[in-house]
Amino acid sequence: MRNPNEIVADALTAIQACPDLPTLEQVKAGYMGKSGQLTDLLKSLGAMPADERKTAGARINEAKQAVEAALKTRREALQQAELDRQLAAETLDVTLPGRGLAHGGLHPVSRTLSRIQALFRSIGFEVATGPEIETDFYNFTALNIPEDHPARAMHDTFYLRQDDLGGGELLRTHTSPVQVRHMQTHQPPLRIIAPGRVYRCDSDVTHTPMFHQIEGLWVDESVSFADLKGVLADFMRNFFERDDLPVRFRPSFFPFTEPSAEMDIGCVMCGGEGCRVCSHTGWLEVLGCGMVHPNVFRHVDIDAERFIGFAFGLGVERLAMLRYGVDDLRLFFENDLRFLKQFTH
Amino acid sequence: MQFSEAWLRSLINPALDTPRLAHALTMAGLEVEALIPTAPPFNNVVVAEILSAEKHPNADRLRVCQVDVGETAPVTIVCGAPNAAAGLKVPCARPGAQLPGIEIKVAKVRGVESFGMLCSTRELGLEGAADGLMVLDADAPVGEDFRSWLNLDDTLITLKLTPNRADCLSLQGLAREVGAITGAEVRLPLVQEAATCIQDTVSVQVTASEACPRYLARVVRGIDAQAATPRWMAERLERSGIRPLLAPVDITNYVLLELGQPMHAFALSRLNGGIEVRMARAGERLELLNGQTAELVPDMLVIADASGPVALAGIMGGLPTSVERATVDVMLEAAFFAPAAIAGRARRLGLSTESSHRFERGVDFSATRQAMERATQLLLDICGGQAGPIAEAVAELPQREPITLRLARLKRVAGIELDADQVARDLAALGMNVERQGESLVVTPPSFRFDLAIEEDLIEEAVRLFGYDNIPAHPPAAPSRMLPQDETVLADDSLRQMLVDLDYQEVITYSFVDPAWEKALDARARPLPLANPIASQLSAMRTTLWGGLIETLRHNLNRQQERVRIFELGRVYASLAEQPMKLGGLAYGDALPEQWGAPSRRVDFFDLKGDLERLFGDALDARRGAHPALHPGQCAELWANGRAIGWIGTLHPRLVQAFDLPAAPVLFELDSQALAQRGLPRHATLSRFPQVRRDLAFVLDVQTPAGELLTALSEVAPAQVRSIDVFDDYRGKGVAENQKSLAIRVVIQDTERTLTDQEVEDAVQKLVDAALRQCNASLRA
Repeated sequence: MRNPNEIVADALTAIQACPDLPTLEQVKAGYMGKSGQLTDLLKSLGAMPADERKTAGARINEAKQAVEAALKTRREALQQAELDRQLAAETLDVTLPGRGLAHGGLHPVSRTLSRIQALFRSIGFEVATGPEIETDFYNFTALNIPEDHPARAMHDTFYLRQDDLGGGELLRTHTSPVQVRHMQTHQPPLRIIAPGRVYRCDSDVTHTPMFHQIEGLWVDESVSFADLKGVLADFMRNFFERDDLPVRFRPSFFPFTEPSAEMDIGCVMCGGEGCRVCSHTGWLEVLGCGMVHPNVFRHVDIDAERFIGFAFGLGVERLAMLRYGVDDLRLFFENDLRFLKQFTH
Repeated sequence: MQFSEAWLRSLINPALDTPRLAHALTMAGLEVEALIPTAPPFNNVVVAEILSAEKHPNADRLRVCQVDVGETAPVTIVCGAPNAAAGLKVPCARPGAQLPGIEIKVAKVRGVESFGMLCSTRELGLEGAADGLMVLDADAPVGEDFRSWLNLDDTLITLKLTPNRADCLSLQGLAREVGAITGAEVRLPLVQEAATCIQDTVSVQVTASEACPRYLARVVRGIDAQAATPRWMAERLERSGIRPLLAPVDITNYVLLELGQPMHAFALSRLNGGIEVRMARAGERLELLNGQTAELVPDMLVIADASGPVALAGIMGGLPTSVERATVDVMLEAAFFAPAAIAGRARRLGLSTESSHRFERGVDFSATRQAMERATQLLLDICGGQAGPIAEAVAELPQREPITLRLARLKRVAGIELDADQVARDLAALGMNVERQGESLVVTPPSFRFDLAIEEDLIEEAVRLFGYDNIPAHPPAAPSRMLPQDETVLADDSLRQMLVDLDYQEVITYSFVDPAWEKALDARARPLPLANPIASQLSAMRTTLWGGLIETLRHNLNRQQERVRIFELGRVYASLAEQPMKLGGLAYGDALPEQWGAPSRRVDFFDLKGDLERLFGDALDARRGAHPALHPGQCAELWANGRAIGWIGTLHPRLVQAFDLPAAPVLFELDSQALAQRGLPRHATLSRFPQVRRDLAFVLDVQTPAGELLTALSEVAPAQVRSIDVFDDYRGKGVAENQKSLAIRVVIQDTERTLTDQEVEDAVQKLVDAALRQCNASLRA
């Protein structure tokens, strides 16, 4: 019988030399297979005398275990190497950009509208809409602006041409007609905002013939000027995310509110120090507001004695310009993609 | 309205500096728009007289002047101004003077020592001709401080007055208001009745007494119209933005500014007979002071004489009867014209005058005589002459009814309780008559306020004087009720966000467009025209979003943007009743942004159709159709809930050329509201049994739309058929010409049990039969 130790020594050398798994399996067969060297050795045990057989058997088993252990180690090493090769081969340049479509973006005016709506919805305002081609009644008369009232001169109104199709209507100059339409069809308590396009025939560096407003209206039995101030100050501070934003209310005049006010905020560009944007006043005029005029309630059959309301109207582009640092109103309607892409995220 | 702060302070001088006064005005509702100093800061400039001006020995263009600056001896000053000449009075900056940008020192100029500088307007930062020295009036006092002599320590205050505050369109009115705001004492000018030396009058007949409840006329004879307007008056006029012209006219303008009463002076000799105040007659015309000839209509009030209208009442006088340099006798007019009789007329004639601006808003009807006396007094003082008695016609003047202000209502509206006594004092300070009656104040407004008629008007005044800033800002309190959230409605914001996620950029384009675009896109379009567009390319209301989208594409192509994917959610306009919300989209250029990981190809019809399917799912159905703006072979009508709601397709090659585009964009537009309503998801039990997939290849006519085949299959499919999808459209080798092969995947599954082979085969056979019957489609061999 060949010395098992020698066989083991040979086997370990052969196993270590195996370059890959198939070769390793061949080497294994050469020792452990049907006619492998260790198998043969085991087979030869039968011919041995009984007293030697036990010791010899034990030695062969030890040899087998040693070879198997070596095989296992080598197999694992080769498997690992194989996996490493595969992984190396499959390695991507993860710094390359991803595949597929890009991402569009909301128009900054839309984005601002959504933001304003979300803030007002959070305190229970519902969104109402109305037509952009309006009648004189809803745009002016019902809002206490009679024919020839000087306040009409403040609104440079676009009219539709009168022809065989009718016409003579106008493009609403503010979102306030939605107030009237809503109050005609709903009973107080009411809390609405009305976003949308409005039109004035005016076009220069600081005016576009179309722009956006949001109208707000709160009507209930106990709504006061103090509430108006509270809601609007809260809104501005949340819109600009500045708890310390200074606000002030100045008396003003709108035919459909009384008392009427203009609301100013401390200039968000210069922090109130004075700059070009605020005309060196430190203040920015951001919205008009006031308590609903009883004549407006009268036009929609709401009891002006029982109910009180406040209304406000703000320019969306103006807020968008201040929020995002846009310095030219006209950019909003040129729709230059290089401009619009700045608001993608 | 612009005025001189110094003028105001001559009437009321509150202990507030200029910025604080401006702040007080702004916070009381008289918004200060601008504060402009009359002159920039400079000092040490005096009135000087040039005694002699000799050529500089070493320079051709310089003069050596001997200048009297009010000291014992003249000083030598080298001057380069071409108009420097002996006898002129000019401003002179003394050594040490700080002028805008420079400091004046004694210096040698080409060898001659110069003790100061003679100044041009520009060097002092003043307005006026810049070339040469500023020439002062011959009576300017030599040696006097230049600033104080011209009252340059003044500020021009510009107010943005709201239309309700006509009473503040005069210095007297402003002084009254400032008095109420600050509590300072008001010193109004003392007006004395003029002595009448002659008895001449002009007869006054007011036919339109409702439009003109009060008319005053006075003859003044023997004036010198060419008399110089005094410097103080010219200065106040100029600082109010009115150019001095001729003394009698300057005087009426001055009274307008001072008291708020528009006046007019007629040349008496040009008037033919008595004055009649009446409505214009159709066809009458009047040549106005500004040279414009107005066509009068019967709702315009005129001042007429025997030969016809001589002035457009309350708006502008006529040219033929206007005062000229040679005028000797005048008729002064002061009247109260009712706001309703004047409002809008000037605007209709394209006019806006100081007079119409005030009458439209309301002029104090009780101060007409005061203004007449004031003007007469000034006229006699400045131009001389002799005044006749005032002829007056009075009809029914406006009434000021008492208004009840309930203190409880005031508290309810303001949100806090205001001290009743303080409110009463504030209202009284505004010229109102206030009486306390229990828990109310009974208030009668003064004749100069036209904006106070109801309780709210008084509430506003009370709160305004209390100070808006002094009203607390309550945190809003309301019952906490949740807003309804309709889950089956797709909100516009969600739709926008989905499009953004699909790589579309939102745009907002004008609602008015070039009608030519509309016609080009659809010859049948009849866009509503605007009566007063700002430009022809913005003159009609859009009936489609495509015009704006294509224009946006062009704008961006011109700025090297090669891939454009845009959408707009906005209205189109058919009539007052019909202004539907539409969703429009356009894609142009590469389907994907240029990238390493995907081959480049142009966006096509199916990219956009896929995007719409991702947005709206099965609710949307595309059928073959024809739209004039779209490629006839790449165009589909979009249907939902049994009605046509829009279009999708490639822009027609004719329009690609017409709009000068390098290639065709793909477009869609649909009625967004039609798709906003969607179902609520409903759970169905999941099947635990295996699904069977069968792929069927049908051969059919090339012209038969796949949609037709799918519809035919769906109609006959038993309930176990879970889905039927096209996964290939093949034409070419192996398929006859004029035929195509559509590969359809059918998935079959039952919720209750495993289907037998026979059941599957039966289901498939049903589909195959239907395909043959409906679409003449046979299974590919």
